[in-house]
Amino acid sequence: MRRSLNEPVLSVRDLVIQYEGAGGVVQAVRGVHFDLAPDESLAVIGESGCGKTTLGLALMGLLPKSARIVAGQILYRTRDGRVTDVVRLSGRELRDFRWKECAMVFQGALNAFNPVLKIWDQVLDTAGAHGLHDRTRVREQCERLLRLVQLDPGRVLQSYPHELSGGMRQRVMIALSLLLEPRLVIYDEPTTALDILTQRAIIEVLRSLRQELGFAMVFISHDLPLAAELADRVATMYAGRIVELAPVRDLFYRPRHPYTRGLLRAVPPVSGPLTTVASIPGSPPSLAELPPGCSFAPRCELATDRCRSDDPPLCMVGADHWSACHYWSAVSLDRRTERLGGASHA
Amino acid sequence: MSVHNTLPRRQRSVLGLVAAWLADLFRHDKAGFLGLVSVVFFVGLAVLGPLVVPEPGKPDVTKIYQPPSLEHPLGTDYEGRDVLTQVLRGGRSIILVAVLAALLSTAIAITFGSLAAYLGGAVDSVTGLVTDVVLTVPQFPLLVVLSAFVKLDRPWLLALLIGLLSWPTLLRAVRAQVLSLKEREYVEAARALGLSTFHILFREILPNMAPYIVMSFTIGVTAAMYAQVGLYFLGLAPLAGENWGIMLNLAWIRGAIFFKNSVLYILAPVLAIALLQLSLVTAARSLEGLFNPRLRES
Amino acid sequence: MPEPLLELHGVSVHFRRGRTLLRAVEEVSFCLELGDVLCLVGESGSGKTTLGRVAAGLLRPTSGSVRYRGQDVWHLPANAFRSFRRAVQIVHQDPYASLNPIRTVEDTLVAPLLHHRIARNRVDAVERAARLLELVDLVPPEQFLPKYPHQLSGGQRQRVSIARALTVGPELIVADEATSMVDVSIRVSLLHTLRRLREELGVAFLFITHDLAMAKYFAWQGRIAVLYLGRVVELGPTPSVIGHPLHPYTQALLAAIPEPDPDLTRQKAKLLLRSLDIPSLANLPSGCPFHPRCLHFVAGLCDVERPLLDAVDGQRAVACHIVQQERTGSDALQSRREAPTSGNDERLSLERG
Repeated sequence: MRRSLNEPVLSVRDLVIQYEGAGGVVQAVRGVHFDLAPDESLAVIGESGCGKTTLGLALMGLLPKSARIVAGQILYRTRDGRVTDVVRLSGRELRDFRWKECAMVFQGALNAFNPVLKIWDQVLDTAGAHGLHDRTRVREQCERLLRLVQLDPGRVLQSYPHELSGGMRQRVMIALSLLLEPRLVIYDEPTTALDILTQRAIIEVLRSLRQELGFAMVFISHDLPLAAELADRVATMYAGRIVELAPVRDLFYRPRHPYTRGLLRAVPPVSGPLTTVASIPGSPPSLAELPPGCSFAPRCELATDRCRSDDPPLCMVGADHWSACHYWSAVSLDRRTERLGGASHA
Repeated sequence: MSVHNTLPRRQRSVLGLVAAWLADLFRHDKAGFLGLVSVVFFVGLAVLGPLVVPEPGKPDVTKIYQPPSLEHPLGTDYEGRDVLTQVLRGGRSIILVAVLAALLSTAIAITFGSLAAYLGGAVDSVTGLVTDVVLTVPQFPLLVVLSAFVKLDRPWLLALLIGLLSWPTLLRAVRAQVLSLKEREYVEAARALGLSTFHILFREILPNMAPYIVMSFTIGVTAAMYAQVGLYFLGLAPLAGENWGIMLNLAWIRGAIFFKNSVLYILAPVLAIALLQLSLVTAARSLEGLFNPRLRES
Repeated sequence: MPEPLLELHGVSVHFRRGRTLLRAVEEVSFCLELGDVLCLVGESGSGKTTLGRVAAGLLRPTSGSVRYRGQDVWHLPANAFRSFRRAVQIVHQDPYASLNPIRTVEDTLVAPLLHHRIARNRVDAVERAARLLELVDLVPPEQFLPKYPHQLSGGQRQRVSIARALTVGPELIVADEATSMVDVSIRVSLLHTLRRLREELGVAFLFITHDLAMAKYFAWQGRIAVLYLGRVVELGPTPSVIGHPLHPYTQALLAAIPEPDPDLTRQKAKLLLRSLDIPSLANLPSGCPFHPRCLHFVAGLCDVERPLLDAVDGQRAVACHIVQQERTGSDALQSRREAPTSGNDERLSLERG
């Protein structure tokens, strides 16, 4: 154990984020609250429009101008034990915070490089911008990281971005995010749009990097299998809230929120016999017009009048297992295997 | 049971749609609304002008180059005729010819541009070749040369000539747009459904370009107005009747520019032309809201 | 024996990009009967979308033939070609590009009904359109008819696309990643709808996807064809291809796919590959296109000779020297050697003429 697990590296406290536009106010994040231990890997899963990307941007202090943090704190514990609230950092302090303390790899990493500069020049620029001017040290560090993501540093550093494939660029991005040894890295859809074999390579790279370097990781994805691969804990987001938060095995095998259960049922495994597959009826609500009470109630088979009037808070329902459902105890998952072709239409 | 009976009205009537759009325009886009009002005013003047001001101004040698006065708000010209009367009556032929010319060039550009792009192959090559040839011909000098052979005294002849020379730029733009739109998946789906080329071009593709076509039409009107005024100003078209171009020509060659009192006389047709252009462009831009269902509903 | 509904025979599609020739699809053959399901599974650049467009008659293959009920569609008179076109419909991937943004759902559905005189008049057409919307689970239909695409969710748009394909009563639907851009929670219900159409209307499906889980679920009773760099490397009934993959590429894919099950997926965690680099279509490897990445690579064989798609048992076929060697011993290899690639060229030139 490298560091004390008692002190979380990141604590998000009742975070509320709104977008204000011509169409009125949209609450993208509604009271998100969690802790992240050093060395821990947290997956935030949810569908498009659930607020997960906004959350990721907020953690990095990268929110667009139209977004406003209405309430809450994003507390980050630096190496020397100081606690800073990212929400309150100024432009200058934010730049220092990014990369050094916390790095982010975007889904659009393929376009994150400047097409007319060689990779090595871009590495130097990034390092220089954060006060790292010792070329040989940067070079050594960089080569070590590139070898960790199974790339040939000599070749990659002398290449222009277009000379690398999508998977290679994504791995370079992952390596570079660790250049300044941040304690936390945020990955937004790190493997989306990549081929399965490349995806597998990146998963393995991330896993071994974390074993080697021991940083905390938050990854944001719509992809359940990815969470199953890489997360220690998983948070399910729906309509701007975390509706379930649990250790990965608990969440996948004993979900306590009907939305999580619905997602799990909707994603069949590839190996093994044909299993029951069912989707969640209806579609996710618009964040601009949320239903009263529990926002999942209109799609939920367990919903009663109580759900339609009061929004359940996130409560502890087991060891380190949190669910925002009045009827969490009634939620159960059974992955029944079926006879050939007999999948029910549920 | 007929489903149709239970259906809500298919769409609002065109009139209702336009009314709603106008109201929206008035609320959110004042400039566009003003431009539209101004265009309506100018067109109205072109159509109704001769009714409002039935007589051309009478010459009066005792009132040559008068400064503005109550009787003659914009002064008088070299023959003592009222300038305001001329400005009011002078838009008619210019606007008429410009609209005809722009209609012609836009029609040519849309038809052949979209066919060339959609059908490709030989049609595209031939269209491209003709376009390039017409494009490389300097328009205005050609008009000048033609005016030596053809007497440009009939409006439709002038419109025809200008229209026939000014389609290539728009055609190229239409072709490029259709080329990109025809790769859209909904166009491919329409092909798979066996819908006719006509349907695909005129119902699926071109309506998506409506705002762009309207804008191009406006620019076509503008260009045709410049071309005419230029011809009249240089005296290459017969100076019969009255219009803004002839006014400028006469003001120039009869020496009005040397009279301080005639500033408004010279400026009046220029301002009329400039104002019309400006309102055309703002009005055309505001039309986007009428064509795009996404903008329409808010 | 009646002719198959659709048969692709030795289809190749080459694109020219500047001075380079891209071999997007190379020598692909398969056939589909009414009610059949065939999944084309492959990653980006495998040629699966190109093949879908060839099957739908939207793209003419460079060589090879597409036969609809026994007749080569590219040599049909215009009339017959149009009826083939109508029999095969396509549902695209992107719900945001597949509907015309300025036309309402009603306009979109009514146009083909009127154009092909399937409906007597507009009222009849609207009624039929409403019934089609019910068929794809967009109820109540009168709520959806006057909507513009931007007023619908991604899943609803895909359903409208399916309804549009159904207007002309197709016999085969090419679903090109039709479910992949739709949210996870809705994807399965869209798949259910497609399955129901297959069962109720007897429509055949060419289901194109990169997602093996979706392929497995949709085509459990059908077949899967695994594509790699424009070639079919493995073809067989879905349960056996997924349960016992034979081709090293299929094996690598299946071993690599993350599963929505933490214990299961963390056991996998291995990459059955020699190299991560995907060769470019403009510069394909010699011999077997997979050999630079294959764990079972045999020098002098795999990098020299292109394996053909050969039957392994009654229902399965694999394009791999190693699998063939294991199955039939070395005599198969001998016969392979006697059939050099020039034989293929001869067939190509025949079909071009």
